[in-house]
Amino acid sequence: MRDLASILPLRVENLAFEAEGKALLGPVSFKLPKGGITAIIGPNGAGKSLLLRLCHGLIAPASGRAEWATEGGLLAGRKGHAMVFQRPVMLRRSARANLQHAVSVAGAGRRVAEALQRFGLEPLAERPARLLSGGEQQRLALARAWLLAPEVLFLDEPSSQLDPGATRQIEAILLGLASEGVTLLMTTHDLGQARRLARRVLFLHRGQLVEDAEAHAFFAAPRTEEARAFVAGDLLW
Amino acid sequence: MDITAAFSEALQLILGADAKFLQIVGLSLRVTLTAVLLAALIGLPLGAWLAISRFSGRALVIVFVNGLMGLPPVVAGLVVFLLLSRAGPLGSWGLLFTPTAMVIAQTVLVLPIVIALTRGTIEELWREYREHLASLGVNGWRAVPTLLWDGRFALATGLLAGFGRASAEVGAVLIVGGNIANYTRTMTTTIALETSKGDLPLALGLGIVLMALTLLINALAFGASRIGQRFAG
Repeated sequence: MRDLASILPLRVENLAFEAEGKALLGPVSFKLPKGGITAIIGPNGAGKSLLLRLCHGLIAPASGRAEWATEGGLLAGRKGHAMVFQRPVMLRRSARANLQHAVSVAGAGRRVAEALQRFGLEPLAERPARLLSGGEQQRLALARAWLLAPEVLFLDEPSSQLDPGATRQIEAILLGLASEGVTLLMTTHDLGQARRLARRVLFLHRGQLVEDAEAHAFFAAPRTEEARAFVAGDLLW
Repeated sequence: MDITAAFSEALQLILGADAKFLQIVGLSLRVTLTAVLLAALIGLPLGAWLAISRFSGRALVIVFVNGLMGLPPVVAGLVVFLLLSRAGPLGSWGLLFTPTAMVIAQTVLVLPIVIALTRGTIEELWREYREHLASLGVNGWRAVPTLLWDGRFALATGLLAGFGRASAEVGAVLIVGGNIANYTRTMTTTIALETSKGDLPLALGLGIVLMALTLLINALAFGASRIGQRFAG
């Protein structure tokens, strides 16, 4: 019997993507069960962002599939997964209006006032969102995703543009979300971040899933040559 | 009549709120504002649709619409004249030489500007917003309200540009309105007529109002883009 109150697990089977006849990702297979933070790591161009977009349903695979436990990842008619992009789109409105927009088009999971409070955005609520700092924008993007009460949150390089202080803030938020039972699948090029946050690591290289391991085991002793080189900081092509 | 005297008489017309004078200004504003409103109602959704749709021949449509932005007002007037004249396809409506005919002609002039500027603005926003909106489950047509609202300042500038073009043109309203006293006489057609008749005070007075209007439009456009920048970052 499947747990009908959950869109998880996500089953990714032989998922592949190509553009203009060139294979960019896959075939990739893994299963994402409920809970925890999973980090997708790997060098630039490994296909990390593509994998997130395919799972979130933003692009269609060339072959294979990413299947939720419920039809289309819906739960009670609402999408059970949300995504925060590497450079989050800030609508040309106030911070509060950015949140209200998400609620009005995607259906409210939670209340805007609650999101402003939880993410420390109350003093910024009436400011134009595009004039906020990078860290503030990222917090707003997380608040906007949190409003939808997603069971799974995809994050594409959640702190790549941020200074160390803002990065710490974002990481604390992510750990908080995970401790409340949100399942996080995130890409990061920051190995330290993967070490600090992730329970599980998916190591992608040239579009292939080279390793899928517990984070502590992966960082202590990578099984493959590529992963060893990557963790040691060697450049990989 | 010497020019200084003409100027002082023109100022008297403006400041004295001369009834005939006000009637001409009022008709001009009513015709042009109605035309801009109609062009906005048709052009904003049409431009947005053109921005996010993909069909073969789309590039041709865009080039055609962009080209129509330069449509000479007299040609627009001629086309509407042919449509509305007794023998024309819409002749039975009996609209020729009425304010309604002038509204139609000016709508034809403003519409390409509204469509083209909306298309450009919305297409750029759509490129930026597309993935975020898709993530929220908003695709295609359903994205249009969000895009129009976020383009509101640029679109307002576009509508003001349309208003500027319509309020300044003579050719179209002259041909389809007929320049009938107390009925279809606008600021621009009156200036053309009165100047040739030698009634300089009325022509000058209307010219001053028209110039003031142009300055006001530009000030509004400047203000809109300033406020827009605040939100666009």
